[in-house]
Formats: sequence, structure tokens, C-alpha cells
Amino acid sequence: MSTPTDLVGPGVRQRAGSSTRTRLTLRTIALVYLGLLVVGPVALMTYSAFADGLRPVIETLTDRAFLHALKLTLIILAIAVPLNTIFGIACAIVVVRQDFRGKRVIDSMLALPLGVSPVVVGLALILVYGARNGWVGPWFMEHGYRIIFSTPAMVLATIFVTLPFVAREVIPVLREIGTDQEQAASILGASPWQTFWMITLPAIRTGVAFGVVLTAARALGEYGAVAVVSGKLAGRTETLTLHVEERWLAFDPVAAYTTSLVLAAMAIAILVIMRRLTPKEH
Amino acid sequence: MLNVADRPAAATHPRNVAPAVHSFGAPLLRGAVGAWMAVIVVIPLFAVAVAAFRRGPEGFWSAISNPQTVAALGLSFGASFVVVLINIVVGTVIAWVMIRDTFPGKFVVDALIDLPFALPTIVAGLTLIALYGPKSPVGINVAYTRAGIVLALLFVTLPFVVRSVQPVLAEIDEEMEEAAFSLGAGGWTAFRLVILPNLLPAILSGAGLAFAKAIGEFGSVVLISGNIPFKTEVGAVNIFNQIENDNVAGAAAISVVLLGMSMVMLIIIAIIEQRGGRHEHAH
Repeated sequence: MSTPTDLVGPGVRQRAGSSTRTRLTLRTIALVYLGLLVVGPVALMTYSAFADGLRPVIETLTDRAFLHALKLTLIILAIAVPLNTIFGIACAIVVVRQDFRGKRVIDSMLALPLGVSPVVVGLALILVYGARNGWVGPWFMEHGYRIIFSTPAMVLATIFVTLPFVAREVIPVLREIGTDQEQAASILGASPWQTFWMITLPAIRTGVAFGVVLTAARALGEYGAVAVVSGKLAGRTETLTLHVEERWLAFDPVAAYTTSLVLAAMAIAILVIMRRLTPKEH
Repeated sequence: MLNVADRPAAATHPRNVAPAVHSFGAPLLRGAVGAWMAVIVVIPLFAVAVAAFRRGPEGFWSAISNPQTVAALGLSFGASFVVVLINIVVGTVIAWVMIRDTFPGKFVVDALIDLPFALPTIVAGLTLIALYGPKSPVGINVAYTRAGIVLALLFVTLPFVVRSVQPVLAEIDEEMEEAAFSLGAGGWTAFRLVILPNLLPAILSGAGLAFAKAIGEFGSVVLISGNIPFKTEVGAVNIFNQIENDNVAGAAAISVVLLGMSMVMLIIIAIIEQRGGRHEHAH
């Protein structure tokens, strides 16, 4: 995803063929499209949040419901991201370094969460973990654990939608580095675990980091899947994205805009990290 | 860290399988990965399929042939189709501008393209409603219309075609384009005959991903569409309402149809990517 300008080289400037007019026309189309679709709306929302001064913004940011939503979002992030990072690395090792039947199944399953509507993810979790009619929900309920309409379901939904990101980033890197160094390490007497920590992990760390960032971005912004399983109980099962919707529907646009800006700021921070991480690979 | 010199190493181990290194605990790791995938993804999705046919094929059919549901699924399909067509044209133009053009502030534009990836969908919908909703300062109001749905889907699918085409376009030699020009081909002819055939797999793969995203989209659409049955209610919102009304079997049936549509798309992409890969190796 980097700016591939450097790939194009010096030939760019002395464009013999494509006329200046074509180039300017296409540039205008691209910029106007992005302006109308992305820049305009985001800029107006930023402006609207601050339109009545700083006071309402500060009130929103210190409001209990907002703070609770922020906390819940961070808790979900803190559980889902590490779990999917460990899974993603393990999955990549299994898919690239191991040879067994069913490997292709795992490989193709990795594309699955990307094609499932968030609402369907929520429905799927209700069907398995629902307290009344779910497959295992009633059992958990008997033992005192509520899954649906509670934090565990929101964590599960987030894990589902972010499942493939780390694996999909690490798999190509693992393929690329080959096994020479790993084999050398093991010949020199390193245990598999030592080989992993000292050879494999350092070699794939950029891919891992990129995957973690993508996972965090998606986890932060997930709305549909979480909306279905949360029950939207204000102050209890409300994440930041749900809080945005709740405030908007309660005719409190400034709070909705302000919360949106907090999410947008996090999203932009994530974009900046992504850019730092991708000198050439993406 | 990963330079070209590393590549031959990978080539000498074409299958990249090193039983000597990771054999310890390999079946255990494999089992853990498979189990995690089963618990998180496979079993829940299987539960959807089971619930969809809980009342037999008739139950399934009656759920998905409900006129309101048919309208919602049709709208999702139609809007996604329109959005993909727009993305194919504008996405390719943006990719071309990002690769072949230089202008001040280009890096900002490049970052803007990724913004819809990172921005939560509900926030995307809200920003659009702020500018193009009932209180629009520019006097455009597409709230509660199908145009609003298309707008929201265009926002969330912006990066797909652009990011898919960009790297391929960067590798196409500009001399090839120039050769076409110098032989007297006009801009459009050169593009159509020289560049487009090379870009087509990338364009289609991006378009397929955009379609899969658009067909099930919920967060960005839900606020701007107003969810009026038969008019602006999309498939995902229809499923959501069925769940709220405690009709999980009906919701599951519609989900299966929606899943089917995006699976077909993902399979088509996989085929295109495989062909594209083979094509590359042939060079």
C-alpha cells in the first residue's frame, strides 16, 4: 500500500505520450471524486463537532457513557488482538512450513471471514451462544456465564471479523524467507522453540506488526457484528461505535460527531503506523 | 530486511516445508490452529446453515421468497453492482493518477485512499449524512434514498480497485505505453490495447473484493438509508430486523443467500488471481 512513485523512476517526468490534457483531466477526476466522497464529509464532521465551541466536546469526552464505551472498546481490543496475533503466526507456520492433508482447507478458510456480512457474524454467534436456544449458550448460562448481550460475545464477534489479518500478512513473508536459517539453527542445536524466537520471529516481525495494526483497526471500528450481539445496553454493552449510533439517534449530533472524531483520530494514528511499517513490502 | 538476495533461498526450497525444524509439536500446533478456526468461524457459520433449514426446504424458501426480503436482497445486489461499476472506472483512474502523475501533496491523497479502510463504517455513514443529509450545507440530500446507499457503499469500497491496480500498473513498463503512442495510437487506444489487458485481472480482483464487501455492508448504510422496507432496506438490515423480531430461522435463511453471493465472488477472485499468477510466471 505504499506510494509506488519511487518504483516508477525518472521516466515519469518526460512523458512523451500521454498528453498534458489527458493527465490533468484524469487528475481532476480523481481529486474531485476523493474530495466529494472523503475529504468533504470528514472535514464537515470535524467542523460540526467544534461548531458550538469546545465545551460540548469536553462534556462528551468526560461523559460517563462515553468513558465506559471507550473502556469497553479497549478491553475488547486488548483481548482480541493478542489472541489473533498468536493464532495468525501459528496459522502461517502451519500453512507455510507444514505439509499435511487439509492444509488447503485452512488456507482457503482464511478468506472466509472477509466475505461474511458483519450482521451474519452476529447471527451465527447468537445461534451458538444464545442463552435460550443456542447450541452451547444454555449450558454456559447454567454455569453462570452470559455470552450473548455481554462482553464475551462482543469479543468473539471481534475475533471472528479480524481472524485472517495477521495470518494473511505473515504467510507471504514466511514463504519469502525460506528455511535456510531455520535449518542452520536447528543443525547447530537450537530447539524448535529457540529457532522460532531467535530466527523466525525476528524475520517476520514486520509482517506481524502490519497484521496487528490491521487487526486493531478493524477491531476498533467493528460495528455490525457487535451491534447484533451486544443488545446495545447503554453504559454496559456499548462500544465506541455503538455509542456513536446511540448518540446520533438520541438527537445529540455533537456527541456523535465528537465520538466519531475520537475513532477517526485512532484510525488515522493506525494509518500513520501502517505507513511507517511499509517501506517496500506493501 | 527482505531484499532480493533472499529470494533464491526461497527458490531452493520450493515447498518451503522444513520437517526437521518444526516437526516437534507440529501436529499439536496444527490441531490448535484447526480447533481455533472451527470454534470461531466454522461452527458458528455451520449453525447458520442448520438454522436456515430448520423448517425444511419449504421454510427456507418461504423465508427468502418473502417480498420484502426479495426487495432487500435485490437492492443489495443492484446497489453493489452499480458501485462496483463506478469503482472499476474511477478506481482505475485514481490508480493511474497515483502511479503516472506527480503533483504536490500526492502523499496526502495516497493516505486518503486508505482512510475508508481504517475509518469505522458507522463513522463513514455519519460523515456522509452530515454533508449529504437533511441538514446539508450544500443543499444535497440523499438521506433515505437509494442514491444515499450507493454513496455509502462507494465510500467503504474506495480502496479495493485502487490498491489492487496500483502495484500492477507500477510494473507495466511505461515504454510500452510510449511505444504505442509513438506508433500513432491515441491516448484511449493506447490504454485500451496496451494497458487495459494487463490490468484486467487486477481490476476484476479488486472489483470482486469490493462487491463482497458491498453486498453485506451494514454499518455505513444503516443511518443514511433510513431502512424503508421495499425502498431503502438492504439485505444486511433486513437480516438485522429479523433477528430483532426473534425470527432467527428467517434471518439465517437470508444470511445463507447473502453468504452464497459473496462466496461466489470470492471464488471467482481466487480463480482470477490464480490465472494472473500463472500469467506472471509465463513472462
